[in-house]
Amino acid sequence: MSLTPVLELSNVSKTYSSRQVLSGLSYSFAAGEYVAIMGDSGVGKSTLLNLIAGLDSPDSGEIRIDGKILPVEDEAATNLRRRHLGFIFQAFHILPHLTLLQNVSLPLLLNRLPLDRAPVMLTAVGLQGREQDFPHQLSGGELQRVAIARALVHRPRLILADEPTGNLDQDTAHEVLQLIRTEIKANQASAIIVTHSRLAAETADKILMLSKHGLTPVPLENQT
Amino acid sequence: MNPVSLTRWLLLGEWCSHRLQSVVAVLAIMLGVALGFTIHLINTAAVSEFSAATRSLSGTSDLTVRAVQSTFDESLYPTLMQHEGVAQASPVLEITAGVPAKAKSMHNPVFKILGLDVFRATAVTPDLLGVPAEDRQMDILASDAVFLSPAAMEWLSVKQGDSIEVSAGAKRITLRVAGGLTRAHAGQRIAVMDIGAAQWHFDQLGQLSRIELKLRQGVDRDTFRATLSKELGASYLLTESEDDDERAHNMSRAYRVNLNILALVALFTGAFLIFSSQVLSTIRRRSQLALLRVLGMTRRQILRQLLLESGMLGVLGSLLGLALGYLLAATALYFFGADLGAGFFPGLEPRLHPDPLAALFYFLLGTGVTLSGSLLPAWEAAHAHPAPALKSGSEYTVLAALRAPRLAAACLLTGVIFAGLPPVDDLPVFGYLAIVLLLIGSMAALPYLCELFFSTLSRALNPNRSSVLYTLAITRLSNASGLAAIALGGVLVSFSLMVAMAIMVASFRISVDDWLARVLPADLYLHPTIHQDMRGFIPDEQQIIASQPGIERIDFIRSIPLTFDPARSNITLLARPIDRNDPGLTLPLTEDRLPPGDIPPDAIPIWVSEAMVDLYGFKTGKRVTLPFADPEQTFIVAGIWRDYGRIFGAIQMQLSDYRRLTGDDHASDAALWVKEGAAIDTVISALQALPFGDTLEIMETGRVRAVALKQFDRSFVITYLLELVAIGVGLMGVAASFSAQTLTRIREFGMLRHIGLSRRQIHRMLTLEGGLLAGFGIITGFLAGTAISLILIFVVNPQSFHWTMQLHMPWTWLLLMALAVLGAAALTAFAASRHAASGNVIRAVREDW
Repeated sequence: MSLTPVLELSNVSKTYSSRQVLSGLSYSFAAGEYVAIMGDSGVGKSTLLNLIAGLDSPDSGEIRIDGKILPVEDEAATNLRRRHLGFIFQAFHILPHLTLLQNVSLPLLLNRLPLDRAPVMLTAVGLQGREQDFPHQLSGGELQRVAIARALVHRPRLILADEPTGNLDQDTAHEVLQLIRTEIKANQASAIIVTHSRLAAETADKILMLSKHGLTPVPLENQT
Repeated sequence: MNPVSLTRWLLLGEWCSHRLQSVVAVLAIMLGVALGFTIHLINTAAVSEFSAATRSLSGTSDLTVRAVQSTFDESLYPTLMQHEGVAQASPVLEITAGVPAKAKSMHNPVFKILGLDVFRATAVTPDLLGVPAEDRQMDILASDAVFLSPAAMEWLSVKQGDSIEVSAGAKRITLRVAGGLTRAHAGQRIAVMDIGAAQWHFDQLGQLSRIELKLRQGVDRDTFRATLSKELGASYLLTESEDDDERAHNMSRAYRVNLNILALVALFTGAFLIFSSQVLSTIRRRSQLALLRVLGMTRRQILRQLLLESGMLGVLGSLLGLALGYLLAATALYFFGADLGAGFFPGLEPRLHPDPLAALFYFLLGTGVTLSGSLLPAWEAAHAHPAPALKSGSEYTVLAALRAPRLAAACLLTGVIFAGLPPVDDLPVFGYLAIVLLLIGSMAALPYLCELFFSTLSRALNPNRSSVLYTLAITRLSNASGLAAIALGGVLVSFSLMVAMAIMVASFRISVDDWLARVLPADLYLHPTIHQDMRGFIPDEQQIIASQPGIERIDFIRSIPLTFDPARSNITLLARPIDRNDPGLTLPLTEDRLPPGDIPPDAIPIWVSEAMVDLYGFKTGKRVTLPFADPEQTFIVAGIWRDYGRIFGAIQMQLSDYRRLTGDDHASDAALWVKEGAAIDTVISALQALPFGDTLEIMETGRVRAVALKQFDRSFVITYLLELVAIGVGLMGVAASFSAQTLTRIREFGMLRHIGLSRRQIHRMLTLEGGLLAGFGIITGFLAGTAISLILIFVVNPQSFHWTMQLHMPWTWLLLMALAVLGAAALTAFAASRHAASGNVIRAVREDW
């Protein structure tokens, strides 16, 4: 595993309506690492993901991805997001009018890449033969599998996942988490997963606790 | 990889999953474009046909000399022949002759007979020369010979050698069809005969209608025109073919522009429909669009995608609209004629011509209107922050962008200012803009008004005593007033148009009815069967009519056309007995009049219609010269009267003054008062038994009024049709809004079902919401519609048609329309709710999709 940081946070602060959400946050995420971030509600986990994704900009501090400062300007941030990031959401966010294959092909199309990898990824997440199905024909767990395939299909450097199993039952959640891990590793991507669930966090290489003091490593249960 | 694929996927995905909304949007644009294009095609066909037909009568002449009156003394002809600069002069007498044989089968069957000097016409109007039979070459000068155009032969069902009977006033003339014309304009019904014979037959000895001039080579036409115009004085007019074109164009312009505006209203309501469906669509797809932004689509790409979606619908709607417009124009020309029932172009058989430039204009208009309707919601969606937009519940923030009380105030204020501005080039441009601004302003104010109204209702609500459904409906309308305002817009547009047109038409009709009562005081009216007749009744015939038993009083009226401006249609001079001390007994005067004592004894009083004030600047008390009397006389404008019969202007004067000044003792019409105790039918029978009785059209006042009102209603048929389409499009918008809104609220219904509301209760709640919304829409629509009707009555009508009217409110109609809209809206809401609540709404709570 390379130790070159894929993501560096330096003194990142963010305030919403006079409420300080993040204050002087610094941390380096190594390439190829699968990190889980936990924390209390309202501590700024989603805000942090939004800042990393370039969907919002910090009031102060810097965010670097692969050593390059994350641009504040929308067009450049969009380009970076399109090429180097993949997303998995709690609410899946699968476009209802597109087939599964078309949904997974979206990042390839936006990056003008060949579409061959889309069916491969669907097969990888166990949805072979269902390429032409529509989202309303799928269960919640299956929808999240599609989301995983879509997040990884264009070989992004970093995957950001926000409560990816929040809408799933325990068995399905476990299955999906294993799949996320397997696929992230198979695709040599890095990942940051924000979750409330200790079970979900335990599938990561490292767990960080976000609090007003910053990001603090938490020992994994299997390491304690 | 081709990004077009993504665009196509997203486009097809959206259209296929919301087919009905896409179809409704296409239909709305199609109807708007089709109506505008239809009216344009019909009017262009009519005006170009009219111009071509008029031009063909002047042949290759450089200038035409006419008089202000319809005829003038032929002594001018030799003077012009000898004029330096004139190479050829061709005198023409133009007669409008009636065809009694056709009087029973059609209204006012007339055609034009041109009296020409064959030797002069050869050089100027060679196409109009008669072609006699080979063995009867002298027929071109024969006094009973007439040469007919192919269209006239066909219309009269005659051939060479047959006889035809024509009429002029009460006189009948038999003429022999001596042949055809060298080349007549296709479809034009005209006849040509020797000018001397025409003058004699039609009692126009020594009179000419015009003289066609060909100038010598090298003579500058403009200089010559200016010099000759000065020499001839104000009694004569010099015109060129361009003037005829302009005259034809001006003739129907106000009517045409009004119809076009109504067609554009349909397009406007279509644009609003696109706007509301786009807003709801972007609300529904808010998280989808946010996802695309997260995955790397730029703002520009999102904006392009959304504009492409609606633009494609606009392109499709516009193309279908052009095709439908062409079809409608062909059908309307076939069934209604070229003037759509307004009577501007009688006797023409225009054909449709492909008009690529107009087609392009209407195509761009349709597409542009669609794009402008979707621009604001697309812009908002593209610029929405993706992170919060991904979360459910953020949907309604889109509506914050639509709250624009400042825009509403600015539009309404500018509208009020515009309503007070004068016309531009005789058209109420600012009046129309004021209506548009009023509509936009009202719709922009809706979210604010809606919130104010429903939050007041909500505050007044006592949850303990009100039903839960009512509480839910009011609370939602109060808290999501922006979304409610979207559906309200359709009700407002539809109902305000209904109200505006109902008030305007009712005011107009009642004013016309009152006016008819004022202008038709006699018991009977009679005139020659054929209208537009110069001869009318000669003094002997007037004497015979007046001496019939049972008649207490008879007023003869002389009506002649006068040309004040060659680029405008003729005005009408009406000479009749008028009580100088109380002209209001005869004329429907406005308040604008001189007291009888203020009329100077040396001045001859005239009373002018409102159109004369607007078009020619006549004002009460103004001294004017009317160039129909020789020598020219000065008149004083003694009052303004309301005239719903002649939009191009009319002047009334004392018959005695007219006869003294002109020596013309013919009469065009007569008004008869029957003696007390005498039976009207007996008087009618006596008149019909006169030697010229079969050439008379005798009408009782009641019938004249009935015919006039029928004509009034007929002239509004197209207007009603266009209005209906606009209202239909507006109601389609209401239906589309309701159904789209229920789709966006699927999760809300799921939640309500979870907490125990039955499907039936959800239906009732939505129907109640629809009814409450429609009720509020009706109130605001009534206010906006009344304001629009005031602009139509007091700005648009006076500036377009130069008449004023009094305001009348058709309360019964308004109430019925309000109930109809309320019912339609509640029904639509109920239907939409059935559709929305029929699916698996409970599942929608668990999933985003």
